[in-house]
Amino acid sequence: MMLARLTTLVRTAPRVSQLPLPISARVPLLARSKATKASDSAATSLQDRHVSFPGATFGSVFTEKMEFISDYPTIPTYRVLDIEGKVIVEGQDPKLSKEECMKIYRTMISLNQMDMIMYEAQRQGRISFYMTNYGEEGTHLGTAAALTSDDVIFGQYREAGALLYRGFSVQQCMHQCYGNENDLGKGRQMPVHYGSKALNIQTISSPLGTQLPQAAGSAYALKREGKDACVVCFFGEGAASEGDFHAALNMAATTESPVIFFCRNNGYAISTPAREQYRGDGIASRGHGYGMHTIRVDGNDVLAVYNVVKEARRIAVEEQKPVLIEALTYRVGHHSTSDDSSAYRPKKEVADWMKQDAPINRFRKYLEAKKWWSEDQEQALRKEVQTAVSHLFTDVYDELPWNLQEQKAKLDALMAKYPEQYDTTGHAKTKLS
Amino acid sequence: MFVFRASTFLSRSRSSVPSFGSRIGLQNPQRYFASSAEGSPPPAEGFMQGVATSKFIKQTKEQCLSHPELAAVRNSETVKMNYFTAVNDALATALATDEKAVIFGEDVGFGGVFRCTIGLAEKFGKDRVFNMPLTEQGIIGFGIGMAAVGHTPIAEIQFADYVFPAFDQIVNEAAKYRYRSGNEFNVGGLTIRMPCNAVGHGALYHSQSPEAYFAHTPGLKIVYPRSPIQAKGFCLRLFPKILYRSAVEQVPVDDFVLPLGKAEVVKEGKDLTVVGWGAQLYVLENAVNEAEKRMPGLSVEIIDLRSILPWDRETVEKSVNKTGRLLIAHEAPHTGGFGGEIAATIQERCFLKLEAPISRVCGWDTPFPLVFEKFYIPGMIRCMDEIEKIMKY
Repeated sequence: MMLARLTTLVRTAPRVSQLPLPISARVPLLARSKATKASDSAATSLQDRHVSFPGATFGSVFTEKMEFISDYPTIPTYRVLDIEGKVIVEGQDPKLSKEECMKIYRTMISLNQMDMIMYEAQRQGRISFYMTNYGEEGTHLGTAAALTSDDVIFGQYREAGALLYRGFSVQQCMHQCYGNENDLGKGRQMPVHYGSKALNIQTISSPLGTQLPQAAGSAYALKREGKDACVVCFFGEGAASEGDFHAALNMAATTESPVIFFCRNNGYAISTPAREQYRGDGIASRGHGYGMHTIRVDGNDVLAVYNVVKEARRIAVEEQKPVLIEALTYRVGHHSTSDDSSAYRPKKEVADWMKQDAPINRFRKYLEAKKWWSEDQEQALRKEVQTAVSHLFTDVYDELPWNLQEQKAKLDALMAKYPEQYDTTGHAKTKLS
Repeated sequence: MFVFRASTFLSRSRSSVPSFGSRIGLQNPQRYFASSAEGSPPPAEGFMQGVATSKFIKQTKEQCLSHPELAAVRNSETVKMNYFTAVNDALATALATDEKAVIFGEDVGFGGVFRCTIGLAEKFGKDRVFNMPLTEQGIIGFGIGMAAVGHTPIAEIQFADYVFPAFDQIVNEAAKYRYRSGNEFNVGGLTIRMPCNAVGHGALYHSQSPEAYFAHTPGLKIVYPRSPIQAKGFCLRLFPKILYRSAVEQVPVDDFVLPLGKAEVVKEGKDLTVVGWGAQLYVLENAVNEAEKRMPGLSVEIIDLRSILPWDRETVEKSVNKTGRLLIAHEAPHTGGFGGEIAATIQERCFLKLEAPISRVCGWDTPFPLVFEKFYIPGMIRCMDEIEKIMKY
């Protein structure tokens, strides 16, 4: 990496006079008048090698070797479990309690079951839209388990597992997807746009990447309050191409705000493969450019994600610095119910991921090895989990301005005049208010 | 490009080159159109005219405090302030009275390229008044995030011309935050300030008046203060930068708040209603003065709309029902400008009272040009000529 290179240059600086270059090429222009003899050049140039331009990073030195930087080491991917669920290096096991592990696993299964039911509900026309979380359960649960309830969550839309873990119930998800009278969002947004003030989960919106700079701002607010809390902001590798990503990371770094940027790199943005999204070393390689603590993690390894987020949270809260995490995973499901992913990727590719490395399976094997889980319990849990509309005008502002009062009156009158055109049987009995 | 634009304006305000204010002619008020009472023809210049002599400016403490909207501070002292000083005073009040208030934007730390935040970082700390990296979408997104967790961010966009990178954050995020969450969250604490309007030589990207783009966005409130008192009383939104130094008036020292969504009838009349906002008010004042001189007996009512969203339909409607004629003038281009919204609404509400077509005098439907500014703006001559046409209809 760049850091390594600069360190090397600093170290070799005193030996620069040994380089087989003509003195005129070795001594910076400004220093030439002082260093007329070769014997002076080492001492003089040592002082003059440090770059003093105001935009230069501390430690930057001059070089006379013209070298474009093009060959970067690839950032490794941290893992704890192998695909058989075995801990590879014993010291890396976070040794979560049985209770914590069971909460994580139960939430994974709940999410999985909810996805199956809601996906079908959409196929039957019962809800208008849905997005599943298949294959990415590890990123959600590993993150959520490492946070406290004071930490603010900003999501993109494919993080329902993190919300469930925090206490956003399956029932509440259903209310939102159906846009019924119990929906906290009052039925205004498309399905899967969840949010809850009580649970510190900022309401999800469709425009991609917009939550990133917002997360930086919220983190700055937490810092000003002196809170023992941070902000976690989820986003996909596609959203990282938005300008808001750049704005957010740069602002979080310069304002030293306690925010964890958590990228779910699942290989696809709808149909666009990561190869067409960027040419650098994924998203993680950008962290260094912003001067930010950065790590890449195996997103299908819930314990690795847990460890990484736990430490990132410590850095954010204790050191008041932002952190970038890139979790590599695979989007097993279609992008949404409006997408058929077989149009742009082979079905076998998906099947292979499901078969070989589903995060739920990997964690289940870990639990089974500890004798904390069995096939019977699995069947029982899946069964248990399975059994388990009217505000058009309000909240545009805190109060209804005259134009909205008039427009509401017009709609009320129209509905009274043409009741057959405005069937309200699917809505709660309260009047439009 | 951005660095260039900032340094351009920095050098102006710091050097002995005439600043915006002096360019307008504070030192030689005889150049104003208002001085044509002595017989000289009005100049058709492309910059602000007549601010110093405007009757809309409160020259004395008595004029200032007699205004009914300032009843709450009737016993306050007043002090002579220009526009940017009034903004500074309002910001200082916000910081002093609200621990969660912060100010950020490009170059606000040293006082701002228009001096609006001068002294605030020193007084309130660098954690409360600070520079942002040069990213408009970031600045507004950051502000939304702070407001979403209950803070009071006051974000500055250096020029309204540069608000467009933040259009998504403003229109899709800030404006819809409360509605889309079912009021679980809101960003009501967020204020965005941006200097707007023509400045004599600002050309395409230092002159724009983008209010109509935002007026089409439910969830936003848009305010356009025309004077130092309003700049302090509203403490937000679109600021006509040409007035920053040129508009000087007596402003109450004490804290006060002016009502949002309320227009102000600044001159009463019976034959014609003229509506404008921001710096255009002074153009209209001059145009009306001249028209009333040329057409003896003519009596024109002038309304400062002040709030674009929500706008005060009631005041405009009441006025047009009395006068039967309406002229709207704004610097922004004609097509799609906010004047169209006012015209359509008043036509709907006052159809039987209208004695002439509603008229609009606006910027032409071109980008805002440099050397052609005086031919571009809806200046005094164009407004006056339109008044004559309406009255002769």
